[in-house]
Amino acid sequence: MTPQIAVFLVLAAVAVAGAVSLILQRHPIHSALSLIVVMVSLAGLYLLQGAEFIAAVQIIVYGGAIMVLFVFVIMLLNAGEEERTNLSRMARYVGVPLGVVFLAEVAYAIARATSHMAQASPQAVSTRDLSKLLFREYVFPFELTSFLILIALLGALLLARREDSD
Amino acid sequence: MNEFAAQHPLLTVALPKVVVLLFVLLTSLAYLTWFERKVVAHIQSRWGPYRVGPHGLLQPLADGVKFLFKEDVTPAGADKFAYFLAPFLSLTLAITSIAVIPFGPREFTIFGQPTPLAITNLNIGLLILFAITSMGIYGVVLAGWSSNSKYPLLGGLRSSAQMVSYELALTMSVVGVILMAGTFNLSEIVQSQQGFHWGFVPRWNLIGAPMPQLLGFVLFFTAAVAETNRSPFDLAEAESELVAGFHTEYASFKFAMFFMAEYSSMITVSCLATILFFGGWLSPFPQTGMWAWTLHIPAVAFALAGLALIVHGVRYITILGRVVLPALGLALCALALLFTRPDVTDFIQGPFWFLLKIVFFLFVYVWVRGTLPRFRYDQLMSFGWKLLLPLSILNVVITSLAIVLTQR
Repeated sequence: MTPQIAVFLVLAAVAVAGAVSLILQRHPIHSALSLIVVMVSLAGLYLLQGAEFIAAVQIIVYGGAIMVLFVFVIMLLNAGEEERTNLSRMARYVGVPLGVVFLAEVAYAIARATSHMAQASPQAVSTRDLSKLLFREYVFPFELTSFLILIALLGALLLARREDSD
Repeated sequence: MNEFAAQHPLLTVALPKVVVLLFVLLTSLAYLTWFERKVVAHIQSRWGPYRVGPHGLLQPLADGVKFLFKEDVTPAGADKFAYFLAPFLSLTLAITSIAVIPFGPREFTIFGQPTPLAITNLNIGLLILFAITSMGIYGVVLAGWSSNSKYPLLGGLRSSAQMVSYELALTMSVVGVILMAGTFNLSEIVQSQQGFHWGFVPRWNLIGAPMPQLLGFVLFFTAAVAETNRSPFDLAEAESELVAGFHTEYASFKFAMFFMAEYSSMITVSCLATILFFGGWLSPFPQTGMWAWTLHIPAVAFALAGLALIVHGVRYITILGRVVLPALGLALCALALLFTRPDVTDFIQGPFWFLLKIVFFLFVYVWVRGTLPRFRYDQLMSFGWKLLLPLSILNVVITSLAIVLTQR
């Protein structure tokens, strides 16, 4: 087992454990913390693939900015612990089988897609190449995405305003 | 030994460097508290720590021992996990960020392995630093929330909002420097500032071409002071309103950990300001021709400081002081003698100027704290969003315009 695979296994295990604990935790803050663990271990996986820039941005944007906002809102609303309820009949007889089927489907798809994938050697992608790709090849989708985010932002602002004037 | 070192670089090169740097860092954290208390005391016409050791030099040790032996109380109803996690997170992240800081240009050898004067030299050093800083918010937030107490919660909320707001301005303000250097690598950013205008004015980014980053520096330092929750932006721990803010319920060594984290991030910010705007380890003087004498500044400075310490020390009020202070002076003189050796003179240039600049910025930090009154919370928010952020975006636009125009 090469060190790369060992590190990958550790990070993957941490990511999955974080994701599971995100669902199982009863307190919103603990869930948010689990999500941060997932984000950071994903950044580690990117780093393992040689994508330094993406890894750093993953931590800055998701781990730092977005999750801080989550935690901030949870704290501001002072959300308490969730009550744990029994599964409803609908969830038990339809939801659980559907979940299992979906999981199997995803697992099968991933297994088939990766079986004939070439083992790409981890190679450092420079920030310069990445930005060239982003601002030359994919400049239109990139700008379109930023418009989309802007529209979402304005929409949120509008909704907040309307509530305020009432 | 050398073969073993070549086979296990992690064990024989990286580990000793980490241990030495950690030791130096923790010691300087302790003495930074002494430095701050002394400077603030003199600003306020007081003496500051004076009783524990000569000039209060043993005060940090006494404080450390006191923190260790205090009772460690956990408030009732606290969220145990988050309550314990918060100080560890704060301190770990604050100390980790020092790992990417380069202290000098020269490589040196451990067991025959050449290695740079930094723990690691990353291509995305600056981004990693920002990533670590952005995670540091959680320490404060979790401490405030998990204490199950009103004042810490308010302090935690305030500081998380403040840190999120100022992080934007902080990141935007360094974009100008990155554009000029064309890299995220901290060593390369320093190297890009080499050279002199008219033969004697250093081309540091602060006054560099094509666009002096004066505005960028002011924005960076303001945002960084706010980001580290220091006065005049220390609303998270405004003692007149919130007792001590997010760490009100912390006692003993957990409390000390928050303080160490704060001082450690002060050091990191000073390093970053030095690297990004003040030429890092570069000497402010050209080192050739008629300026060659500036190579001996470190030795002369150490010798003068050592002599002054000896002259002052022999007449000190206590017996201990009459022994310790001259001994320290002698040590400084010995170092000065060592610096006169040609190879050492060469090696010491980088670290000497770097440390001098860091000490200057730390002094500014304390100076600001001793001088300026605290912001009101709404002032703080509008200052960050309505002044710092637009100005930093303006700085990016102007800098990129200047670069494009001069390149044609």
